[in-house]
Amino acid sequence: MAKTLFDKVWDAHVVERLPDGTCVLYIDRHLVHEVTSPQAFEGLRAAGRRVRRPDATIAVVDHNVPTTDRQAGIKEADSRLQVETLERNVAAFGVPYIPLLDDRQGIVHIIGPEEGISLPGMTIVCGDSHTSTHGALGSLAFGIGTSEVEHVLATQTLLQRPAKNMNVAVEGSLPFGVTAKDIVLAIIGHIGTAGGTGHVIEYTGSAIRGLDMAGRMTVCNMSIEAGARAGMIAPDETTFEYVRGRPMAPKGEALERAIAWWRTLPSDPAAAYDKLVQIDAATIAPMVTWGTSPEAVAPITGAVPDPREVADEAKRAQMERMLEYMALRPGQKLAELAVDVVFIGSCTNGRIEDIRAAAAVARGRKVAPGVRALVVPGSGLVKRQAEAEGLDRVLTEAGFEWREAGCSMCLGMNPDKLTPGQRCASTSNRNFEGRQGPGGRTHLLSPAMAAAAAVTGRLADVRELAR
Amino acid sequence: MKPFTKLTAVAAPLPMANVDTDKIIPARFLKTIERSGLGVHLFDTLRYDANGSERPGFVLNQEPYRNAQILIAHENFGCGSSREHAPWALLDFGIRCVIAPDFADIFHNNCFKNGILPVRLPRAIIDQLMEDAKLGANSRVTIDLEAQEVVRPNGERIHFEIDPFRKKLLLEGLDDIDQTLQHAAAIDAYEAKTKRERSFIPGIEVCP
Ligand code: SF4
Repeated sequence: MAKTLFDKVWDAHVVERLPDGTCVLYIDRHLVHEVTSPQAFEGLRAAGRRVRRPDATIAVVDHNVPTTDRQAGIKEADSRLQVETLERNVAAFGVPYIPLLDDRQGIVHIIGPEEGISLPGMTIVCGDSHTSTHGALGSLAFGIGTSEVEHVLATQTLLQRPAKNMNVAVEGSLPFGVTAKDIVLAIIGHIGTAGGTGHVIEYTGSAIRGLDMAGRMTVCNMSIEAGARAGMIAPDETTFEYVRGRPMAPKGEALERAIAWWRTLPSDPAAAYDKLVQIDAATIAPMVTWGTSPEAVAPITGAVPDPREVADEAKRAQMERMLEYMALRPGQKLAELAVDVVFIGSCTNGRIEDIRAAAAVARGRKVAPGVRALVVPGSGLVKRQAEAEGLDRVLTEAGFEWREAGCSMCLGMNPDKLTPGQRCASTSNRNFEGRQGPGGRTHLLSPAMAAAAAVTGRLADVRELAR
Repeated sequence: MKPFTKLTAVAAPLPMANVDTDKIIPARFLKTIERSGLGVHLFDTLRYDANGSERPGFVLNQEPYRNAQILIAHENFGCGSSREHAPWALLDFGIRCVIAPDFADIFHNNCFKNGILPVRLPRAIIDQLMEDAKLGANSRVTIDLEAQEVVRPNGERIHFEIDPFRKKLLLEGLDDIDQTLQHAAAIDAYEAKTKRERSFIPGIEVCP
């Protein structure tokens, strides 16, 4: 029978199929961070269990860590406790760990691919919903809760039912100024935040194949914002080139054998999907969200929608609430909204390619007066690479802050936070109420668009700056 | 895990769609290394004002809903992050059952792991239950997991679907790990086989 990429990776990891269809699914890679693991290790300890495969597990700290002045340690007591607890746990259970002061430290979803830990054809899990990022390599990667973290630590498996297959095909070539972030925001705007529920999305089509790995990761990263369990992209030459030479990837003859297997993974031409969505790349513009849900998105040339035009009562009430929280009026032009803060970073857009895109816009310009603009590399290695290319100087000369790697202002969990009422242009993935700090107002957009907002002091169409 | 069999309790109406995990428990409260104690921060931004005082208009700040064990909500409940702190916060507050037209996948999964029953029912029925719930203490709802029924205050029984495997685990309060370890031999065999067939995949090692 013809199979999809998802079917193939799934089938290769089924340990046992139970009578009711639930599968014991083998997990190849388990990424662990400080926020969702303490209770899992505690559970292991209480039950006298060990970590079944430390050699398939890796731990890193990212959510809680400060992004300046690292040598001084973590000031907030509760953050420090989570980090110290992780360090105690990895030592006690023999789990490989990248420490805070290591150059390779960074956001778990940046360093998985970067270190060659995440590879095509694998099952990859992490106690974090944006694990979907790693699906860009052609792996099945999804977020799990803390009970499941404990389950994987103890058994290296999960009890799962197969998801349904969804094909989101983006065909054609991307217009000037349109990036992977705009593609995925357009997809979410089109199918909604529950559009992928119960499904694994495979992104296909020439516009997806034409993306580099960084762009593919940006797209897969936000699959969860479309409600999908995971996002995947078929591995191809771009993928293999990316993997080649990564520290923990196979090398030499082993790599050739791995590639031979990976070549068998793309969906069969006759494979059937439960749901198909087609998007014409040529119709996508630089996108920006206006509300507190990622589906509340519009092209930068658009305006804030009018709740009075929404027929469904619950939807209208939701939109009114969003506009109130975001302090927006129906009909306001998006490109006229002044911003207070610009955040460039996160597992969605914290890779070197993203920093290059931001620096290209910032070069020779200045951050607008009164705007605070942060650039936070996704990992220590991204930071080092950017510095080797002189991008840090381009950005700091323009007035951006250049910081240490971590989740930073993507979520209000470390010192980098919005204050109530601040409006932020952010390259992260969630614009929920209070996500970047209580009362903060988030507009999601691409790195180039974020840089354009920084230098103009408002949401701006990056295509106009480039002209 | 506490088994879930039958529950008769006050149901709190929360007529909102897309209640995300940041609403259920904002990220700033995730810095705990324990499972308990999150109940006071459940729905923190909806429940308290900037000074930390209760907002009287929010349902869980009103009698009898302070003791609600059932929550009725609109579409896509629990969307957002994978944080299990969301079901922990619900549970710590006392909520054992959430009824909504549909749920986000990870949240749905996490509920079962913590002895919370998520019940999916069509929107038209949710609208009726929402009206029931607004009647407060005189309007207790019963959830009978064995029979797979929600019993309205007027006695009407509404059937709901649930995965039989998950139903069994909930009814018996069984731990997933014990369940899985019954397949230990199969896991060993799978590992041995893939070690041969996919020997090209190295183990993880962080070089100094
Ligand atoms: S960068 Fe943001 S979305 Fe990504 S792992 Fe960190 S907190 Fe989560």
